[in-house]
Amino acid sequence: MTRHAEKDTAITGIGMSDVSRGASKSALALTVDAALEAIADAGLTRAEIDGIATWPGERVDGSGFSPVGCASLQDALRLKVNWYAGGREAPGQYGAVFNAIGAIAAGLCRNVLIFRSMYEATARKTAFANSLLRPGERQAGPFAWYAPYYTYAAALQQALFFNLYVHNSGIRPEQVAQIPINQRRNAALNPKAVYRTPITLDDYLASPLIATPLRLYDCDVPCDGAVAIIVSRIDVARTLRNPPVRIEAIGSSMQYRNSWTQLDALDTQAQPKVAEMLWSRTDLKPVDVDIAQLYDGFTYHTLNWLENFGFCDRYGAKDFIEGGRRIALEGDLPVNTGGGALSAGRLHAYGAVHEACTQLWGRGGARQVQGSPQVCATSTAGGPLAGAMLLVRD
Amino acid sequence: MTQPAPPPRTLPAIDPDNRAYWTRGRDGVLAIFKCHSCHAYVHPPVPFCPACDTVAVSPQAVSGRGTVVTFTVNHKQWVPGLPVPYVLALVALEEAPEVRLVANITHCDPAEVTFGMAVEVWFEPAEDLWIPQFRPARSAA
Repeated sequence: MTRHAEKDTAITGIGMSDVSRGASKSALALTVDAALEAIADAGLTRAEIDGIATWPGERVDGSGFSPVGCASLQDALRLKVNWYAGGREAPGQYGAVFNAIGAIAAGLCRNVLIFRSMYEATARKTAFANSLLRPGERQAGPFAWYAPYYTYAAALQQALFFNLYVHNSGIRPEQVAQIPINQRRNAALNPKAVYRTPITLDDYLASPLIATPLRLYDCDVPCDGAVAIIVSRIDVARTLRNPPVRIEAIGSSMQYRNSWTQLDALDTQAQPKVAEMLWSRTDLKPVDVDIAQLYDGFTYHTLNWLENFGFCDRYGAKDFIEGGRRIALEGDLPVNTGGGALSAGRLHAYGAVHEACTQLWGRGGARQVQGSPQVCATSTAGGPLAGAMLLVRD
Repeated sequence: MTQPAPPPRTLPAIDPDNRAYWTRGRDGVLAIFKCHSCHAYVHPPVPFCPACDTVAVSPQAVSGRGTVVTFTVNHKQWVPGLPVPYVLALVALEEAPEVRLVANITHCDPAEVTFGMAVEVWFEPAEDLWIPQFRPARSAA
């Protein structure tokens, strides 16, 4: 039988900087905070880190989207590593984790420091830095197909897919609203969350329309912050201070057309075959999952993932989340228990991994899910990008 | 009070594969790559037909008729002068419904755009290019 390499790895430590709508520190300082916390949390020293990975790698375009790369962090911490990688062409944000699994399987590393840094809150105070369009420059590459049509932000592309999903599923705004309402309720119990004041259905319905059917409260919150995790070889992990959070299975496939216009199924994006791959690599089933940290760049992604992970049927998310009880902290499947990117800040799926481990290690404080959750599903998304992991505490 | 000019459209960088798509509008032609062997359409234009393993593909004129696969009505004024609301859509071509083209749906109230709406191409000149756009189809022939 094939031995899946992810099963020989585990998350052994986590770290998170201060997360805010405007940091007093540099992006590198935030990243150093997160990295040192993760290394210490694992019970390791800097000398024991032998690999570094990030996604999508350092960008110096002023967008704040990825202000720190492997080289900058490695030099700041004077790490001596056998392997490092940061690059955008990967199955979404978790590409860095999947690469690290490969590096560990190849015998290159024992303890890989993986991080994701964001400085978008500060970037957006000075300019419309998140604009996909650069005035006066001609656009090359795949985005050129969108460029002439005032496609200023990823929100417009996602709104195209979301609107089709609404059309096909019949979901109503009052049902969609349960996602941001639930997450803000959870964020109120998370001291690190950016927005902690509960919101109501009326607040959701009154929030500005960005591009139909996307409202402001459907969108994640740009922030300044960094997350780091340590992924270790499983035998090493079992000698460290935390119970290993094993990477039980991953979904990293690209079985569809890799395009923001020609995707095979626009309203499910790239997720179904990614989920299929994940479930093919484990004996666990959706019913075994205790908690879910699902990508929420937009609420629509979370709805998509509820269906694509198999927690409910296709177009069944609207009934699954109706009233919000099932996805609440006390529900059958608590979702985005720390507030997610919608309320805790856009740490781009790494906030989700941090929260997964927080819950699996029983450190959730006022937001801790009862019953000692052991299995967490987590995911990334966005058009042709998707990745998923199933995490299991030993 | 004068309205600020709408922001200029960001134009695509032209290469040998996409040149026909962005320039043939000068002659009123919407050009899509088509395989010489199996006549399948290939979009975005890449020099390969995956159905029959051939590089014998080239831009061919299509009808310019299509239907709205999905759309969004943008309300946020992302930059000063941006006229809102406007519609961003994906349009499926009549000859090849699997080919989806990005466009604004113009010449109508954004509130009138619907899923499956019949549309037809027109071309907006911009510098040396002709940007394919779609508007409601005039009454069917």
